[in-house]
Amino acid sequence: MRYTIQIVGVGGQGVLLASMVLGSAAMKAGYKVAMSEVHGMAQRGGSVLCTLRFGEEAVSPLEYSGGADLLMGFEPVETCRNISLANRDTRILMNLDPVYPSMVAAGFEEYPDVDEMVSAVRGRTENLVTIDATSIAVEAGKAVAANAVMIGAVAAAKGFPLSKDLLKEMLAENVPPKFTDLNMKAFDMGYDYMSKQRN
Amino acid sequence: MADILSNGGRDLLLGNEAITRGLIEAGVRFASTYPGTPSSEIGNNLEKISQEAGMYFEFSVNEKVAFETAAAAASSGVRSIVFMKHVGLNVAADPMMTLAYSGVRGAMLILTADDPSLHSSQNEQDNRIYSKLALLPMMEPSTPAEAKDMVAEACRISEELELPLIFRTTTRVNHARGIVEFGEPAEASAKGHFEKDTARFVNIPAFAKRNRLKLLDLNRKATELSEISPLNFIEGEGDTGIITSGVSYTYVKELIKDVQVLKLGFTNPLPERKIADFIRGKSRIIIVEELEPFLEDQVLRICAQNELSVPVFGKRTGHLPMEWEYSPDVIARLKDLVRMDAPPVPLRPVEMKLPGRPPTLCAGCPHRGIFAATKKAMGKRDAVYCSDIGCYTLGVQPPFAMADFIICMGGGVGAAGGFAQATDQKPVAFIGDSTFFHSGIPPLISAKFNDHKLVMVIVDNRTTAMTGHQPNPGTGRDFGGITTEALDIEAVVRGIGVDFLATVNPYDVKAASKVMKEAIDTDGVAVVISKMACPLELKKQRALVIRETHVDQSRCIKCYTCLKTIACPALVKKGDEVHVDAVQCIGCGMCANVCPKDAIEVRQ
Ligand code: SF4
Ligand code: SF4
Repeated sequence: MRYTIQIVGVGGQGVLLASMVLGSAAMKAGYKVAMSEVHGMAQRGGSVLCTLRFGEEAVSPLEYSGGADLLMGFEPVETCRNISLANRDTRILMNLDPVYPSMVAAGFEEYPDVDEMVSAVRGRTENLVTIDATSIAVEAGKAVAANAVMIGAVAAAKGFPLSKDLLKEMLAENVPPKFTDLNMKAFDMGYDYMSKQRN
Repeated sequence: MADILSNGGRDLLLGNEAITRGLIEAGVRFASTYPGTPSSEIGNNLEKISQEAGMYFEFSVNEKVAFETAAAAASSGVRSIVFMKHVGLNVAADPMMTLAYSGVRGAMLILTADDPSLHSSQNEQDNRIYSKLALLPMMEPSTPAEAKDMVAEACRISEELELPLIFRTTTRVNHARGIVEFGEPAEASAKGHFEKDTARFVNIPAFAKRNRLKLLDLNRKATELSEISPLNFIEGEGDTGIITSGVSYTYVKELIKDVQVLKLGFTNPLPERKIADFIRGKSRIIIVEELEPFLEDQVLRICAQNELSVPVFGKRTGHLPMEWEYSPDVIARLKDLVRMDAPPVPLRPVEMKLPGRPPTLCAGCPHRGIFAATKKAMGKRDAVYCSDIGCYTLGVQPPFAMADFIICMGGGVGAAGGFAQATDQKPVAFIGDSTFFHSGIPPLISAKFNDHKLVMVIVDNRTTAMTGHQPNPGTGRDFGGITTEALDIEAVVRGIGVDFLATVNPYDVKAASKVMKEAIDTDGVAVVISKMACPLELKKQRALVIRETHVDQSRCIKCYTCLKTIACPALVKKGDEVHVDAVQCIGCGMCANVCPKDAIEVRQ
């Protein structure tokens, strides 16, 4: 068994935290784990990609293009940019909350229409679930818990091999104690949202 | 962060955390570095834990000094490590080449973190070649877990040979994460004693000649150790043989079937007999390694010397590339030579035009202010902007375009001197505070000595920002039980006796621009220190005071001067209006400073 999660987003969105939570849960579940992270120059507001692989046969820290079992997209443009990490069977979780690149914010470049991006992805796969992680997080208490929403949603993804309780436990271990309640709530709301989807 | 000092158990560690743990288990008691990606986290970890671990650790002023301090410790019998990014070893190559002649007494590891694919580097050099140049033993781990264990083995070999050992990692080992089992921390003393031995440690020609012969002898002995090293092992069965090292091994192991693999961890000198025996009887050999054909060319030579006529596939046959890091996609190019599962079919790329997302200077980054000020002061004059290695390298992007020439740490100032003499263009060299101390002082002295008419702008943001905010001589040291005063850059420059010297506040763009104009008009060596702390560092220290900022739309004339000159990511254009994104804005006031209509208000 081998399971690959590709996590894409923008520096500061909590991609590294999500990969730590998922990776620790995989370790706790008794799997081998091989991950690769982006550090350094790429973190100054740039695109971030984390690869997490686990299972008895997972040795390589990188995956084939198209080899992801799950693509966790924290940001719509980054999900589109990295769509070739997925194949037709890959579960794709796409957060719809945009983070504007600086040239877009300054009005020198256009940010693509989010609906158009969603249909572009839908045109390629039936396994897309879109999510408004930030609004769900705001409902849970605070926008910063968006990554907990994403992790909760992943726990309910079809065929996801790690248990909900384990992910929740690892999330609690990886966030500051004063934010535990917020993150637990956000996690559950993400989980419930995903459970209601057809995928 | 993982608890690296934990007494046992297992954890999911970053390669650099695993290496740090390895140092503790190997009894390494002296460590020095100059920060550089992808090696930086080792230093960040040691800054926190070295004292508790009973280890001395320092950020040295540059890699050469870091090397020399560790060399002295190892020569005194203390197990030591010096670590750096690949290009850092160029700076430290001078002492390395001759320390190889003297050798060491306690173990000394020279960790070089190479960066295939140049994730955060200016070149893609393969430092394995240094091991042949310096005739030093070398080891290469493949995973975080192996890296941790290899540290102790590397120390053992270094001590057996009494030679420093090159410990070569790559980004996908340093920044990979995997499960690591903790072993026992080793007991060791942090103090040694230097037993004098002039013939060994003083490399004047008469002694160096003898030492050269001794080194060649040790190299033969090292080959024997490599032959029997458990780090060089054979796995699997098959008629096709694969020889591999480093992270490439993980791709081979997971993806390729029905082959026999010779995995090399001790890669200089190579175990020549073991390799020849491995090749003998195989129908073909494939060499899988990133960057230069380091193993491959030696395997071809070993084949020739042993009269083995087995075909060898790899870079020389065009099957595998010399450029960029390897990945499963690259390994798939071997599908006609070996058995592997068919690779998955990726979804088609999205055709929509997606905006790029390059790394950028942060909101409120003081570099923005000095770039804007310089641009204004320079006006239409023909300038050459030399830059250096740090966050300010990002000034190459629009709207600043403040980097025309970048080669290496400290390289901008030296080059500026050359441009001053060889052209009629005005050279301006930007250099960070940490880089100034690293290698910016000698070229400044040289400029004064040779009367190069240039401007040096020291962008002093009170930290070594790009690599994760390490302290430097300009901040003073306060960790590991040692506290030192900050060095005053202005006093250092004044001591050199330049023709113009001023310190500016880059947030006051207008005033900074006036000073820059004077500097540019100086007929001699002018130095401007642009001094303002990095807001990200202040945020980390919880010392950042954020001021509320907003645009008064009734006064704004939509000239977009703020966007065009500061281009702060916290300035957002909505329709034709400029707004301030309160989440990102720190209230530095740079945008307000350049607004011709005072339409931007910063609450005090
Ligand atoms: S510089 Fe001032 S007047 Fe011009 S667009 Fe910006 S806020 Fe408006
Ligand atoms: S005050 Fe202006 S330049 Fe400074 S951070 Fe805020 S928006 Fe950016």
